[in-house]
Amino acid sequence: MLVSVDQDRCCSAGQCVLTAPTVFDQSTEDGYVQLLQERPEPALAADVRLAAALCPGRAITVSESA
Amino acid sequence: MTSPDTDTAVPRTTDPGPTLVLPAEADGCPFDPPSAYRQAADHAPVTRTELWDGSSCWLVTGHQEVRAVLADQRFSADGRTPGFPFLTPGRRELANRTPAFIRMDDPEHARLRRMLTTEFLVKRVEDLRPALQRIVDDTLDRMVAGGGPADLVTEFALPIPSLAICLLLGVPYEDHEHFQRQSSILLDITAAEEQVAGAQRELRSYLAALTADKRRAPTDDILSRLAVREDLTTDEAASTALLLLVAGHETTANMTALSTLALLRNPAQAARLRSGPAEAKVAVEELLRYLTIVQLGLPRAATEDLELGGTLIRKGDGLLCMLSTANRDESVFPGGSDLDLDRDARRHLAFGFGVHQCLGQPLARAELQIALRTLFTRLPDLRLAVDEDQLSYRTTMVVHGVHSLPVAW
Ligand code: HEM
Ligand code: SF4
Repeated sequence: MLVSVDQDRCCSAGQCVLTAPTVFDQSTEDGYVQLLQERPEPALAADVRLAAALCPGRAITVSESA
Repeated sequence: MTSPDTDTAVPRTTDPGPTLVLPAEADGCPFDPPSAYRQAADHAPVTRTELWDGSSCWLVTGHQEVRAVLADQRFSADGRTPGFPFLTPGRRELANRTPAFIRMDDPEHARLRRMLTTEFLVKRVEDLRPALQRIVDDTLDRMVAGGGPADLVTEFALPIPSLAICLLLGVPYEDHEHFQRQSSILLDITAAEEQVAGAQRELRSYLAALTADKRRAPTDDILSRLAVREDLTTDEAASTALLLLVAGHETTANMTALSTLALLRNPAQAARLRSGPAEAKVAVEELLRYLTIVQLGLPRAATEDLELGGTLIRKGDGLLCMLSTANRDESVFPGGSDLDLDRDARRHLAFGFGVHQCLGQPLARAELQIALRTLFTRLPDLRLAVDEDQLSYRTTMVVHGVHSLPVAW
């Protein structure tokens, strides 16, 4: 699983941090999403997928094949 | 998308369903959306509805369709966009004044919202938890010291978010009676246009004066940080502060009181909440879903011809996104008409979706988790002090809830 984030789409609602705190963080400087790891281990896959679905700005992309 | 329906302004759809006049009257269980909305949802995820002024708009009731509208900025949240649906004359009145960013589109909306995003970061709110716990403990101490029975709304549910938002914003709590009275007028859909305009004028001039004070002598709070910005006018700072003040206390207060009532009716569920902080987090998401206190549809207007759930929406059409029915969509929440504190309800839309999704949600969550868990842990014998049929519900308010909740312990 490969995760990417698009800060331009992020509206800092924090759903990602609540759902998968070891994968996403929010910058204390500007509130934008920060990716902590691009290739989370399979145990985190369900949380990361849910975070992508919950993200109100659709700023999180998960590619399963990569 | 070309054939012009010039004789009727109504866009074509396969089957618009029965026309519903809004806002629908509350009936049946106070926790359920009015049956008219549920019937519309059963008919189709997008149906036609008529407003007080005879205009018509789309009622969006399905989970997927509500998400699709709120995530797509071709649906405008700006009250000045042609076709924007107003639920009452008072709401229309508000749109004509300097709006806050909740009623703006990007890029203006993003410019103003981003000035606040670091204030409500999940980790920033985590750091606030001890202060919030103190507010909750002190408020509960005062209620208990007064002896029962007490009105949970005025003694517990309202003071907590008011104290919290005053602290963060830098508004003196002594003024809370004043701003609570004015903001309840703003959220009352039966209030006359002049009343709404008057309440808004009052609050704005109060906050503009406070902003000017903060500019002269900044303190460590949100209003001071807004006041000293050079890229923000006093007017914009006051609008933003007004939004935070109003959005920040009525919502959480009503959610606290209505949740308490729901838990008193389901004692087995209340046990779940007591079991620990992790359980309280899961429970609060389910309460947010089940109660969906933002009971009026979130208004948007289409700025292009678009397809939504098999229906053609025309440029200039208004839409109302019903969070309450979306949050009971059986395809996402099986058995969703029941409260089930074990449910994983995280897909709920109680805070909206898209770029306008609630900015204060980390704060609201923390307040609710702490308030409800503390209340039910410290007062295990909490009970209603009146018959349930004596309670009166906020059916004519933007935010659902109960007007007062007499309790004993
Ligand atoms: C249980 C409590 C709450 C609920 C259910 C709630 C619900 C909502 C909803 C549904 C929206 C979206 C409106 C739209 O898209 O048209 C919203 C927006 C907003 N809420 Fe909340 N809210 C709550 C608490 C709070 C708190 C505590 C604050 C602030 C301290 C707050 C501040 C805001 C702001 C500033 C917006 C506008 C965001 C934007 O337009 O970008 N809310 N809220
Ligand atoms: S959930 Fe999406 S919008 Fe919210 S902070 Fe994370 S990336 Fe940004």
